[in-house]
Amino acid sequence: MNCTDFLSQLTDYFDGQISPELLAEVRTHLGECDHCKVVLNTTRQTIEVYRGNEIYEVSEELRERLHSAIMTKCMAARKRA
Amino acid sequence: MPAIQSPGTEEVHPDVALVARAKGGDTAAFEQLVRQYERQIFRVAQHITQNREDAEDITQDAFLKAYEKLEQFQGNSKFSTWLVRIAVNESLMRLRKRKTSKTVSMDEDVQTEEGSIPRDFAEWRPNPEQIYDQNELGDILRKTIQGLPPGFRTVFTLRDIENLSTEETAEALGLSVPAVKSRLLRARLQLRERLSRYFGHRKEGQPA
Repeated sequence: MNCTDFLSQLTDYFDGQISPELLAEVRTHLGECDHCKVVLNTTRQTIEVYRGNEIYEVSEELRERLHSAIMTKCMAARKRA
Repeated sequence: MPAIQSPGTEEVHPDVALVARAKGGDTAAFEQLVRQYERQIFRVAQHITQNREDAEDITQDAFLKAYEKLEQFQGNSKFSTWLVRIAVNESLMRLRKRKTSKTVSMDEDVQTEEGSIPRDFAEWRPNPEQIYDQNELGDILRKTIQGLPPGFRTVFTLRDIENLSTEETAEALGLSVPAVKSRLLRARLQLRERLSRYFGHRKEGQPA
């Protein structure tokens, strides 16, 4: 397995959808290639940092405002129908 | 001999009953669905459009559309996936309107190779959370995801931020599973590459 092959398996690797044979190859490659090890670690951190930090917070005030606007629109549509 | 599965053993998503009641005219059931998903729909719209006012409009329009088209929802997918699909379409349409000279679709920019080949090999130590405070980190994460092409941003948002499965993401975007996987890989690699500029730890004397 070379670095390009490794990258093509990265998504399935994260999803745990990789066959045992390929997984063994991935592990062997990671043992030999520091660059791919960094790519694996920092890609995992990329996902984790976005999952762990809600970058667009929905405040309770905004949620309430949205909620009433949605329901008002839907009820108006119901009357029209 | 055919395998017979006794009815009722399959797990039914609680939304199924709510949708059935809403279809029958039960407004409270529909309102409960709105409560369950309004935050998620808003976040998806904001991630795709990168604009708060647009995201508010889209959230309202998406639920209105869902309400008006509820009869057409066949239950082949989850209600939430169907709703996300409506919101994604509304969001992409809004982006198209904003950038009249450019086309915006799920196919846009998929040819770009930028970031597909990793170039930065610095470990992130210490963790981003240890280097930056909450506000700074938020700014970096927002700025970085804004730089992704909309097609990649959308896949990353649904799959990695909103935690939809690959199959649900494909359904919500009208893409094949391999297409989702390929966009997701490139979105993740592009974000990783850009974030490495902020988070990558370099040994002394090594160029940034």
